[in-house]
Amino acid sequence: MEWAFADDRPIYAQIVEQIEMGILSGECPAGSALPSVRALALEAEVNPNTVQRAFLELESLGLVRTHRTSGRTVTEDGELVMAVRRRTAQGRVERFLADMRSLGFDAAQAVSLLAEAAGQQGCSVLGSEPKDVR
Amino acid sequence: MDALLDVRGVTKRFGNTVALEHVDLMLGPGRIVGLLGPNGSGKTTLVKLVVGLLTPTQGSVAVAGMPVGTQTKRLVSYLPDRTCFDNRMKVRDCVGLYADFYEDFDIAKAKEMLAALGIEGRAAFRSLSKGMKEKVQLALVMSRKARLYLLDEPIGGVDPAARDYILETIIRNYFEEGTVVISTHLIADVETVLDDVVFLRDGRVERVSSVDAIRESQGKSVDQVFREVFRCC
Repeated sequence: MEWAFADDRPIYAQIVEQIEMGILSGECPAGSALPSVRALALEAEVNPNTVQRAFLELESLGLVRTHRTSGRTVTEDGELVMAVRRRTAQGRVERFLADMRSLGFDAAQAVSLLAEAAGQQGCSVLGSEPKDVR
Repeated sequence: MDALLDVRGVTKRFGNTVALEHVDLMLGPGRIVGLLGPNGSGKTTLVKLVVGLLTPTQGSVAVAGMPVGTQTKRLVSYLPDRTCFDNRMKVRDCVGLYADFYEDFDIAKAKEMLAALGIEGRAAFRSLSKGMKEKVQLALVMSRKARLYLLDEPIGGVDPAARDYILETIIRNYFEEGTVVISTHLIADVETVLDDVVFLRDGRVERVSSVDAIRESQGKSVDQVFREVFRCC
């Protein structure tokens, strides 16, 4: 994983986000092992306490499990991952709609812009037929 | 009291110059702390008071509950802001010096770190580049199993690859009971490895905070906040 951190919020929160995205995208598959605190601290060049805090947060979200002897693994609870994926998607959609509003497009206009863009990518949207992609 | 470092009401004057004024500071174990401030703000003076190279004009400094003295030197591993080895020494003499002086020195670890740098024991210390000298000293300092590590300007003008090596060495060797204090004015270089920051200004402690708290409350990096606080310095 490539690690890059923004200046405007705590680093542990950004580690949580990036691992969460890894889990949602399948880059970190269910049941796969996560690196140790120190290994990740070295890889991301951050404080080990920061990594520890991020792991605790991921544990409390249920996305990561700690085993007494074998380190940490990604949850195998597919429903939980699906729920987090849906929640993350909703957040992105809300942000998109807010952006569109500030550009002067209402929700219906935003949806039709979205449908148009998706149609160009060959996806079926709102009952429209998928375009033939060559 | 489980304060690892306890600085109380410390003032340090050099003649008419006040280097530190009424400094109170407590640090617990298991933290990496940035001692930050512009040049001349008193960072090196504070570090030297904790090491015992200077004595306070007023106030007291204690490490692990003991006043600074012979006993606390066992607990404190210090990286000075300048080279502390004699130019006639070979690298293995430097290692030997540390092994003789400090019972918590892990000679195997030091040799391993020097080998990783590609430095041979028979090399003359003076033949090393400035950056390499700094790395050798850091390797020796971090090869001790101390309670308190005081690193005075560990990245004073070295190249970015050397900076990465230095941070990596600190992360790799840091352990739960130890606390590492990094004195620097190059905040952006060290910010991601810090738990807490202490801002010094004109010999006074301006602010003590966790890095997370600054980022959370201000929505900015410590480096940005520091630049704003010290804008006209």
